[in-house]
Amino acid sequence: MTNVLALIETSASGAITGSAAGLIAAASKLGVPVAVVVTQQGEGAAAVSELGNLGAQHVYLAESPEVGRLMAAAQVEALMSAARELDPSAVILANSVESREIAGRFAVRSGGGLLVDVVDVRTAQDGSAVGVHSIFGGTYTVEATVQSGPTVITLRQGALNEPAASKVPSTTTVSLAVAAGNATTITMVQPVSSGSGRPALRGAAAVVSGGRGLGSKQNFVLVEQLADALGAAVGASRAAVDAGYIEQNSQVGQTGITVSPQLYVALGISGAIQHRAGMQTAKTIVAINKDEDAPIFEVADFGIVGDVFTVVPQLIEALQARSN
Amino acid sequence: MKIIVLVKQVPDTEEERRLDPVTGLLDRGANECVADEINERALEVALRHRDANKGTEVVALTVGPASATAVLRKALSMGADSAVHVVDDLLEGADIAATARVLAAAVQQAGFDLVVTGNESTDGRGGVVPAMVAEHLGLPLLSSLNTMEITPERVAGEATVEAGNLTVSALLPAIVSVTERSAEARFPNFKGILTAKRKPLATLSLEDLGVIPHGGGANSTVLTVSERPARTAGKKIVDDGTAAKDLADFLVASRLI
Ligand SMILES: Cc1cc2nc3c(=O)[nH]c(=O)nc-3n(C[C@H](O)[C@H](O)[C@H](O)COP(=O)(O)OP(=O)(O)OC[C@H]3O[C@@H](n4cnc5c(N)ncnc54)[C@H](O)[C@@H]3O)c2cc1C
Ligand SMILES: Nc1ncnc2c1ncn2[C@@H]1O[C@H](COP(=O)(O)O)[C@@H](O)[C@H]1O
Repeated sequence: MTNVLALIETSASGAITGSAAGLIAAASKLGVPVAVVVTQQGEGAAAVSELGNLGAQHVYLAESPEVGRLMAAAQVEALMSAARELDPSAVILANSVESREIAGRFAVRSGGGLLVDVVDVRTAQDGSAVGVHSIFGGTYTVEATVQSGPTVITLRQGALNEPAASKVPSTTTVSLAVAAGNATTITMVQPVSSGSGRPALRGAAAVVSGGRGLGSKQNFVLVEQLADALGAAVGASRAAVDAGYIEQNSQVGQTGITVSPQLYVALGISGAIQHRAGMQTAKTIVAINKDEDAPIFEVADFGIVGDVFTVVPQLIEALQARSN
Repeated sequence: MKIIVLVKQVPDTEEERRLDPVTGLLDRGANECVADEINERALEVALRHRDANKGTEVVALTVGPASATAVLRKALSMGADSAVHVVDDLLEGADIAATARVLAAAVQQAGFDLVVTGNESTDGRGGVVPAMVAEHLGLPLLSSLNTMEITPERVAGEATVEAGNLTVSALLPAIVSVTERSAEARFPNFKGILTAKRKPLATLSLEDLGVIPHGGGANSTVLTVSERPARTAGKKIVDDGTAAKDLADFLVASRLI
């Protein structure tokens, strides 16, 4: 089996982030999973056993003072260095803002072919890597492969959930020489305040989303209350985000996050085609909207033509009565 | 300062979009094709800079089939000063790698201080073309900016990433990509539409750019395409005061709570 590199993302403080499990799981499906981590000098050792628990057979620790200071530069160099040493058949990265840049640059520099935003991977009979794409909101599933060079894959975040079996990994540590050149510098990092205690939207089993129908930021609390009653993540339409009811990273749809939960509840959302593109592969869809002609009802398994301010408080009460 | 905005023609997201079941490529005949909304925002960012800074030139550039002239005409009517259309039969079936190589050659030939792109296209959703163009040209990329500040020497801005908000900066020349938080695009006005007809629109082939390989060198191959059956509507009730209870019962019966 050939080596497959998974570029692990780290937080500003150098900790491994949530995308690591899926990346290593995908690499395991294609070959020998090698986790590539780029950290400041001496800060990577703590990650090794954690990456082993997630299924990494080998950990390639690349150290550079430029990580966290320059965008992409150290990570691209780390992948080039690992690729020279380990001759991988594929390289897997998260489909995130930062890793996409690394993927694009690495593909050009290594001559690799790109498979972007894949939701799954498999090995073809001839041993080559195949990427599975979910296109136009899940309307099509397309499998593709590349003709030459290492296959560079960006994996949709939250798409692969079953972690690989844990390993006791071997380790290589290298010190990178990164030419700072004219790279983009990071001048400030403001970490997000996490602490809502709610599940993350990506990969959530249940999602409650609110739209312009909520009418105001104050009223949007109703969406959060129902989410908490169901143990669900909170999502939103673009109109709700544009109106400032909620942060942009909660947007579901064409230009937001794609979710595929067991349960999706749409409150005061018309169901524009661009919103549906991000949620129509949910197992069960529930919609509450006071317009009986709202297109969201075309995809809803259970639709209520009604006012969210009447129905949702009653629903929360009914759910609470049941759990007592 | 010369700013090039990369605009792409895509099938309108307002309608069901189709793939050719055999080739896996976009069925361009199935939909009305429009300028990708994100590129109109990118153009708006450039036009606002020009409105506030005399001596700024804004060029719209696309790589695409003959029909893509329409998106350049729209860009000119919104206010771009000139346009470049790279069109060549050899580009049929071009993949991301091929497109990025051609875009890099085209912006290099045109010359620029800043290239502004969308963060991701609504058809491909790859979000890698700007990075690939930057890599071909050995330039910095500022990716997925929500806000942007351009000075004669540098460009800086804010991006939202998984970990939080980043403030990033680079010296010009540089490539930036913008998100849909960046700017609301203006509509072409009557005067804009009239003057657009007189603005220069250059058409270039791969040979004009000195990019030789067939299809620009596509590297990815589609193996299979399958279509998921459309979702159908389920139960729909009008609330008469009992709908919440019915929904709770449904969630229990479906083992969702
Ligand atoms: C390129 C592109 C990308 C886009 N990407 C996205 C995307 O990622 N995500 C996204 O969501 N949209 C996206 N959009 C926007 C999309 O077209 C719609 O504008 C948007 O989804 C509408 O949001 P909404 O349903 O909240 O608002 P509206 O369409 O205004 O609908 C509000 C609904 O609330 C209902 N309502 C009002 N009051 C109540 C009440 N008291 N009780 C019950 N119901 C009530 C109304 O009947 C109405 O149906 C995109 C558009 C474009 C062009
Ligand atoms: N064929 C093209 N012509 C012009 N610009 C393009 C083309 N393809 C991609 N782009 C630019 O790159 C951005 C990101 O596209 P993508 O990487 O395909 O998601 C787009 O918003 C455009 O600005």
